[in-house]
This record gives sequence, C-alpha cells and structure tokens, in this order.
Amino acid sequence: MKVTDKDVAYVADLANLELTEEERPRMLRDLNAILGYVDLLDELDTKDVAPMAQVSDRFGVDPNKAGSARFAYARRDDIPEGLRKSLAPETALKGAPETDGTFFEVPKVIEK
Amino acid sequence: MHLTSLTIDAARSTVQDRTTSASAWAEAHYARIASEDGKIGAYLALSKERALAQAAHIDAMAEKGETLPPLGGVPVAIKDVMVTRGLRTTAGSKILENYIPPYDCTAVAHLEAAGAVILGKLNCDEFAMGSSNENSAWKPVHNPRDLSRVPGGSSGGAAAAVAADMAVAAMGSDTGGSIRQPASFCGVVGLMPTYGRVSRYGLIAFASSLDHIGPLTKTVRDAATVLGVIAGRDPMDSTSAEVPVPNYVGELEKPVSGLKIGVAKEYFGEGLDGEVRKAVEAAIQKLAGLGCEVVEVSLPHSKYAIPTYYIVATAEASSNLARFDGVRYGFRAPEAHTLSQMYRCTRDLGFGAEVKRRIMLGTYALSAGYYDAYYLKAQRVRTLLTRDFEDAFRKVDAIVTPTSPTAAFKLGEKVDDPLAMYLADIYTVTADLAGIPGISVPCGETRENLPIGLQILGKHFDEATILRVAHAYEMSREKSEVKVQK
Repeated sequence: MKVTDKDVAYVADLANLELTEEERPRMLRDLNAILGYVDLLDELDTKDVAPMAQVSDRFGVDPNKAGSARFAYARRDDIPEGLRKSLAPETALKGAPETDGTFFEVPKVIEK
Repeated sequence: MHLTSLTIDAARSTVQDRTTSASAWAEAHYARIASEDGKIGAYLALSKERALAQAAHIDAMAEKGETLPPLGGVPVAIKDVMVTRGLRTTAGSKILENYIPPYDCTAVAHLEAAGAVILGKLNCDEFAMGSSNENSAWKPVHNPRDLSRVPGGSSGGAAAAVAADMAVAAMGSDTGGSIRQPASFCGVVGLMPTYGRVSRYGLIAFASSLDHIGPLTKTVRDAATVLGVIAGRDPMDSTSAEVPVPNYVGELEKPVSGLKIGVAKEYFGEGLDGEVRKAVEAAIQKLAGLGCEVVEVSLPHSKYAIPTYYIVATAEASSNLARFDGVRYGFRAPEAHTLSQMYRCTRDLGFGAEVKRRIMLGTYALSAGYYDAYYLKAQRVRTLLTRDFEDAFRKVDAIVTPTSPTAAFKLGEKVDDPLAMYLADIYTVTADLAGIPGISVPCGETRENLPIGLQILGKHFDEATILRVAHAYEMSREKSEVKVQK
C-alpha cells in the first residue's frame, strides 16, 4: 500500500474536499490501484530526458530566440488596454449564489 | 424529411436552393429529438429560440439569393463543456447546475458566424472525465446502435446525437480520446485536430495542455468542412497557433497513392479484441489497395501512455478544478457556516465520484515529496512518447491503429473498476500527449452489429493528410459495402 488513510485525509485537505466516511475507503483502494499501475514508469530511466509540460515544448521552437519568444505560438503581444473589457459588475454577479449587488458574499472567513 | 445520412452539404444546398428551409431542418431535428432522445439521452438542453432565430436569418439570406456561408442552415449541437451565452452550461456536473455563461466559446461563435443552427447542449461525462458517459451527473447516454451499451465518452452525447440523426454534426472535446473513442463506438467520424489548431477559449478546462475541440460528423468531408470553420489563431487563447489554415475540403480529393502509412505493432498487442483486429487489418489492406505503401513503424513507449496520461491529466485537472468553490457561480452548499466549510461542502456535494478521484490523484501527484516521482516523471515520459511519434513520422505520412481495443461495452460493466475504464483509452491518449491530430472513421462492425473505428494519426498541423486518407478509405468502403442504414 502506497497511500494510507492519513494520506487520503491530508490530500483531501489540500484539495478542499471533505469526503464522507463511505468515500474514504473506496478512495484509498482506487488510488492504490491506480498508483500501482503508474509504477510501470519506474522501468524507464529518464534522468537525461527533459520534461514536457506543453506541446509547444516540442513543436515550433525557434532555437535562435530566447524565452517565450522561442515558441512559434503560445505567445501573445501585450495589449495595455486588455483584449476585451471586463464584464459589467451586474453581469459578473448574475451567476453568484450570494451577492449584495456589489460584492460576492461568502460565509465568515475568520473562524473561531 | 429524411434526416438519415443528411450531410452538411446536403442540408446547406437544400436551404440555398430553397427546396426546403433552415427553419424546416431545425424543426425536423427537434421532432426527431422529441421522438428518439427519451431512450438515448444525448441532449441536456435545447436552444430552440436561438436556433430558430438563426434559421430565420439564414432563410432570409437564401430568399434574397445570397450565397450561404459554409454551414448555412446546418443543425449542429454542442457538448456541454463549451460555454454558450445565455444558455445553461453544466459540463455534466452538479456544481454548475445553475451556470448561465455570459459569453460564447470561440468555436461556437465561429460555427454560428458560418451559418450553423445551434440545436442545444449535449450530455457528457462530468468535466469530460470518463470513457462511457456514465459519469454525467444528469443521466447516462445509451448507444443508438444498442441501447444496453455505452456510447463511449466523454463526448458520448455528441456521438449518439450524430449517430441517431439528432444533429448533422456535433462539437466534442478530446483530452485522452473523448472525441475519437465515442465516434468509434457509435459509428460516426470524430476528428481531434492538432493541439493549438482550434482555440480553447470558452472550453471548460479539464487538462489545459491536452484539451482539444473538434467535430463529430457523419462523413469525413463534413469533418473537413467544420474544421475549416473553427481552425485558426484566436487572441483569446495564447496557445492557439499562428499557422495558416489550408482548404481542408479542397485537399480531400487529392490521390492517396504513394502515401506511406505506418502500422505500429504496439497497437495490435494484448487486449485487442479479435474482431476489431480483423476489421482494422482489412482496412489497412484496403489502403494498400488504394496505392498507399504500408510501412512497419515502432512506437516503443506506447505501454507507458496510460500511466503518463493519468498523472499529467489529473495533475492539471486538480489545478483547473480548484476554481469551483461556490463563490462566483454555480452551486453552493447551503448549510456551511464558515468559508472553508463552504468550500468543502460545495465541492463534496457538487463533484461526482470520478471527478473527486481525479482531483485526489492529481493533488497527490503534485504534493510535496511526490512531485518528482510522479508529475515530473510523467512529464519526462511524455517527451519519450512524443519522440516516438517524431521518429515514426520521419518515415511515414500517417499512422493507422484501432481507435479502441473493443467495440462498445455494456452500461455498468466498468463503473466499479476505474483502471479498467482508463484502459479503454489505451490507443487514443498518446496523440493527446504528443499534440498530434487524429481521426476515427468507421471501418466495419462486429457480429453483434457494433461499430468499429479506424484511427488515423498525423503530423502536427497536417490534418489535411489524415482527412485525405480517411476520405479515400470511406469512399472505397462505400463502393464495396452495402450500407446497413439505407
């Protein structure tokens, strides 16, 4: 077993999930099954292989340029005024579960 | 009005020459949805008002004798992971049950600008996470060919809607196979373009380095037509590519003779169903008969694709899905008294089991002490998988494989075994990881009349070649086989 009960509780905490008493054992079982399969990757020696975070890491790279300018895409010119106007406040608030008309409302932030 | 086998060109030209009207095509599709969708479950919402307004606009153009745009009057439906202004968009999740987006996804805006009539929003696995559509928070989708079977996922509603003639074309999304695998299961065409070919703006993010938008259609030509409409640079998506968009339809009829088609033994190993193997091998023979040169290639890291994918995709998902917190839109758990309690209860009640599983896996893989062992390791293997394709594509123009190791499985068959479900994507995830385009085209049926899909993979931004090969194959099949549908 790679993942323990304690790990499940810790990771759920990081992910802002609570998980019910019924969900936890199932999560434990599934994570262990999946991570057991992921161990297959340990067969490969990858210490000299560069990590790939984006497709643009491999495609359309111009080695003569530096930084993000190396990429044929994955770039955007700075537009000081922004690409579009922000949503009007009433539009942005329209979908909010709770609002006072100006702000999003949330329950008490400071506990105790 | 016959909706069976109704293609984009047929729909558009009958509106153009006023044999019928865009409004009539829309109404005919709504009538079909009303009679068929109760047993299939492809649609989550209909946008009748918006559709009929657009149809009236197209009809007015036709009446004035104006040339209709490429999708003029064509009824299209949208997977519910693409936002639509004023039209409820849930991504198949309870956490977005009330979400009415204030803007349109770029791809949807392009479709409407090209004359498409948007019929409604299509069912899918929650946040596009799944291979059977059983992870939808609302209802499962049933495969139109056999209602006891899944349509595939996560674009299950999209594939089923097209297969059951409830839309001429549908927009899906593909992160690990979610366009191609359901297309294969339902017997339609599904195209995943190159990463960056189509803007992701307005696509609710699952895994940003892997997400793609693409069409599901009845024919390869239709897929080429839709791609031409949605492809191109979008200032709203900085990963959308500044690469010229060719005339995909114009390229379709170019001969395929002399093209080199790669076949990789890694895609024909253990786990591949015998009937699927036979159908795919016969398709390869057919391509050889059309003058393609079949070349053996090797993609030696293929067996590492699923574990790599499920680390990279879940890590990105755990970050993307952090935004669903009950503050700005969507569902909020009512009973919480503090902010952190509200976050947790909202996410606990709002997300389904598979989404939580992936958030947990991704969070674990990114957590201190495990980042190097899991996330960084997977990113390094992603490089190896991509290199496999780069090496192979130095020798060949396209690679053909089965789309899925099996035909559609039964509802409920894999729901309790996430690992078995993940293996349904074994032949599709590699293209997402490498960012190359792929298309699934029907290539036969099992003894139980379940569709089988042929996958054709291509070089970055070379959709034209895979569309050409798929089209040539589709044409040769039509000539030699009696179509069951008619």
